Amino acid sequence: MTDFTRRSIIKALAGTGGLLTLTGCDSLSRTPWFTDILSSGETLSDVAQHAITPRKGMAREFAREDISPQFRQNGSTNPQTSEYRKLAANNFKDYVLKVGGRVKNPMNLDMAAIRALPSRTQITRHDCVEGWSAIGEWTGARLNALLKQVQPLPGARYLVFHCADEYGSSQSRYYESIDMEDAEHPQTLLAYDLNGEALPIGNGAPLRLRVERQLGYKMAKYIMSIEVVDSFDNIGGGNGGFWEDRGYAWYAGI
Amino acid sequence: MPRLKGHHRTFYKHRLPMRLAHWVGAVCLFILLLSGLQIFNAHPYLYWGSASDFNAPWLAIDARNTEQSGIEGQVRLYGHSLETTGVLGLSGGEGGNADQRAFPSWLTIPGGRWLSMGRSWHFFFAWLLVINASVFLIWAAFSGHLRQLVPTRADWLGFGESVKDHLRFKHPTGEAATRYNVLQKLAYLFVSFGLGSLIVTTGLCMSPRMDTVMSDFLTFYGGRQSARSIHFLAASGLVLFVVVHLFEVIVTGPLNNLRSMITGHYRYRTDTNHKEKHDD
Repeated sequence: MTDFTRRSIIKALAGTGGLLTLTGCDSLSRTPWFTDILSSGETLSDVAQHAITPRKGMAREFAREDISPQFRQNGSTNPQTSEYRKLAANNFKDYVLKVGGRVKNPMNLDMAAIRALPSRTQITRHDCVEGWSAIGEWTGARLNALLKQVQPLPGARYLVFHCADEYGSSQSRYYESIDMEDAEHPQTLLAYDLNGEALPIGNGAPLRLRVERQLGYKMAKYIMSIEVVDSFDNIGGGNGGFWEDRGYAWYAGI
Repeated sequence: MPRLKGHHRTFYKHRLPMRLAHWVGAVCLFILLLSGLQIFNAHPYLYWGSASDFNAPWLAIDARNTEQSGIEGQVRLYGHSLETTGVLGLSGGEGGNADQRAFPSWLTIPGGRWLSMGRSWHFFFAWLLVINASVFLIWAAFSGHLRQLVPTRADWLGFGESVKDHLRFKHPTGEAATRYNVLQKLAYLFVSFGLGSLIVTTGLCMSPRMDTVMSDFLTFYGGRQSARSIHFLAASGLVLFVVVHLFEVIVTGPLNNLRSMITGHYRYRTDTNHKEKHDD
């Protein structure tokens, strides 16, 4: 065999091999049993990360001078639901957060009541699943303080956040959920201030979630109610969140 | 035992754990690279520091509107821009039908824009690679394979000669070809311990949960966005390694090399004027 033919055979083999592999990867991406195997990697990350990091491990907090000049507004930035438009028009004076589900004391809280809850201010880094990061100073009610008041019933496992926005043209409400470990974490806040001022609409006014050890899509904006549940199987698409129903992992710690 | 076969001998060069780890690792690297490019495409900008200064990425691969020629793909490196329509920034289809995407669909897994699926591929094969590498490393440490990779005194003395030989594409033949040469040893050590640990730790530094226990790493790399940049650069380093590796495989006898990595058996010439040397 001459070098020339040998080379062209190898080249042809490599070329077809490469193409077949890529087309193969695409059709495997649409094969449920295969994507189930793939997603076991993310389950493993979840288990491993919880095993090697402390429950109450704190996200790094930054200094004032680290704050990003502009905190990027991503996802929904101006909800159009009539319910939300009405609240925004009146500067959220009529806003009421409903907390219910598997709790002993369901509560309705207006902004004054939320601001009266034990609060925390923290300068943290926000990491979007897309890859960018922004640093901002958040002030908000500590979620663990609110939980103490509503008293979750035994068996309660998750907090579901129902939001006012319908992302893009989805025609379905944004929602998210976190487990009790994150809900009890000292840095988990219902944030109402960003960089010392009332939370702008673009960043989730009047109330957004901060779960500092997960990615941005977990941090629901425009929160209207919190539902304490033992399972999120019957909520939305059953995967625990808007993006989770669209293929993203429920655990967004990586 | 080497067996005689005319002027050729075959020699059992690569043991089974080595061959398995090589091919599993190769598949992992291939998928990690292409799914990594899918993830990169979700935000095709790289920064230094903790947060993103959207006005000043050091690397950007996107599309721009120009008055003369409409939309075109571009790579911007520290403000210097290069038109790359058709491959980077804008690709797949002509003119208005082209997609605005950093890396073209034939370089990403999956082909279309699908971040969640790219992440699934990436994390699965990242775990597989780490498990594969760990098992291999334990085997290599106990089997004596790792010791073969440590350059000897003779290796260091012949370093300059080896560099010259590589640059002239002159490669060890005969029995010398059955052993790793010094540049090969250093490349394998640098890739596995240098780039390997760099890419794993910068990858972990991008995890907000892992950051609660990795603040020293994060400080060392200069923040999460720096870690993301270094992750990309380390991946580029691995691509460069694979390119050089494949080049060396081809110039030193592709079929013989391929066979030795599949069956373990490597064939080499035993010339009469090429006396067997034993340096240990």
